[in-house]
Amino acid sequence: MARHATRRSPHRSATRLPSSEGVSTRSASTAAVRRQRGKGRLRGYFKGHLQALFLSLGRVSRNPLSSLMTIAVIGIALALPAGLHVALKNVQGVSAGWEDAVQISLFLNQGVEAAEVTRIVEQISTMPAIEAVVHVTPQQALDEFRQYSGFGEALDALDENPLPNVLLVRPTRAASEPLMVEPLLHELRSLPAVEMAQLDMEWLKRLYAIMAIGERAVLVLGVLLALAVLLIVGNTIRLAIQNRRDEIEVQKLIGATDAFIRRPFLYSGLWHGLLGAVMAWLLVTLSLSLLHGPVQRLSLLYNSHFSLGSLELVAVLVVLAVGGLLGLLGAWLAVGRHLRDIEPT
Amino acid sequence: MIHFENVGKRYAEGGEALSGVNLQLDAREMAFLTGHSGAGKSTLLKLIGLIERASYGQVIINGKNFTRLGRRAIPYVRRDIGIIFQNHKLLNDRTVFDNVALPLVIAGQPHRDIQRRVHASLDKVGLLDKERMLPLALSGGEQQRVGIARAVVNKPPLLVADEPTGNLDPTLSAEIMNLFAEFNQVGVTVLIASHDIDLITRMGKRVLVLEKGRLLSGHSDSEGVQ
Repeated sequence: MARHATRRSPHRSATRLPSSEGVSTRSASTAAVRRQRGKGRLRGYFKGHLQALFLSLGRVSRNPLSSLMTIAVIGIALALPAGLHVALKNVQGVSAGWEDAVQISLFLNQGVEAAEVTRIVEQISTMPAIEAVVHVTPQQALDEFRQYSGFGEALDALDENPLPNVLLVRPTRAASEPLMVEPLLHELRSLPAVEMAQLDMEWLKRLYAIMAIGERAVLVLGVLLALAVLLIVGNTIRLAIQNRRDEIEVQKLIGATDAFIRRPFLYSGLWHGLLGAVMAWLLVTLSLSLLHGPVQRLSLLYNSHFSLGSLELVAVLVVLAVGGLLGLLGAWLAVGRHLRDIEPT
Repeated sequence: MIHFENVGKRYAEGGEALSGVNLQLDAREMAFLTGHSGAGKSTLLKLIGLIERASYGQVIINGKNFTRLGRRAIPYVRRDIGIIFQNHKLLNDRTVFDNVALPLVIAGQPHRDIQRRVHASLDKVGLLDKERMLPLALSGGEQQRVGIARAVVNKPPLLVADEPTGNLDPTLSAEIMNLFAEFNQVGVTVLIASHDIDLITRMGKRVLVLEKGRLLSGHSDSEGVQ
């Protein structure tokens, strides 16, 4: 080839020399031809992809049972992290309202006079770190308890109201910071009429810590299962390649490029991943609808309006994208490894 | 069209399948390649189809030097060579039409051209009425003709056939050979490996004889003298 090139080049430069005008028109026309050809090639490229897209879909549908099994396995593998994600989201949803509600409950001594209570409320309200103070009288507390706890009947057995006056103190946002709230707690606790001051935050911190662990666990599980999906798709494609060994050989013999042969397998991986993701979405939705009733009943018992949230749109899109990408990647790995081994003999 | 210059092929398992082969087949020429089994016929055709590479020497087909050809260039070179195999190498899960269309699909031809050219090609081999059938539903001779239709559908300048009449009775064999002669008449270079001496003699074309990997001077039986 090199020899051809050197032989040809002087000839070519000789024809170019005579007129600069000729050169420019010719190069313009070759550029146009090239552009035309490039366009045709681009169209051919997309057409080739479209063909492979449908060819692979046809193959998936022609083998419904084995395809469905692979898709189901992928679906389950993707449904697990997706489902856990939904569960976590729901727990976060329940506790979301509590996040900035740092609140100090002051339980006053038994038998503090009403006037004294009013004075204390005023005193605390004027403190700069305090946003609001709510006085819950023993009677209010009793009513509330009766309404929400479900132990209403048990209370009727009591002779007198055992509940103290409670002041619900909400610090300003600035004073709610962990470092600021501790001294405030001390100050309130040292007031003479206060028997106990409780910061309703410790358990919230613990809950968030637990949820952080949960999130991390979902992530780890997700990565492991993504790896599993990769292997499942890779293996499926490897088998498909082996089944089509003769066909690949024939295609290579009549001039198919690697890209041409690779394409249907890549799309097959993409389909498996995508359909697996759809399956995962269905599984999660189905599971949630099965849980919906019992959760509703439980939340009614707590007199809450909480209702189980489903997989939100963004999460559905993420699951679909992850499924498709994993399918494509798994196919890519399998194809890269096994297609090169098949050469016509 | 086909130019071999001191070409040899050694296999890793030992043994030299071809040694010092010099061969020149001009464009529009038709020739037969014959010799006992194991003489190197298949190896020589494999070198032309880029299924094997020469151990030494130069193979130049259609102006392309195969010795220097990279792996990525192979598919494009193969598109210019129509190869016909003894065992047809058809895709049995696709219709006759799809089989013949495959080279055009691979080359990315527009859909309407594919339809027209496949029909022309099937018409040429007399199988237009069987385009919807699967290859296994056809007779051996018909399957071979599907293979030929596929080889010529994208109008390659060179046709190479490896024992195309290997499993066929004499009448069918003659039909197939005449088909190749017709392609040759419209300007296609044809090289056919065959050990059917009678048939080859009757065709009256140039005959190349291989013996133990060496090409005996390409003698002719009648008018096809070089």
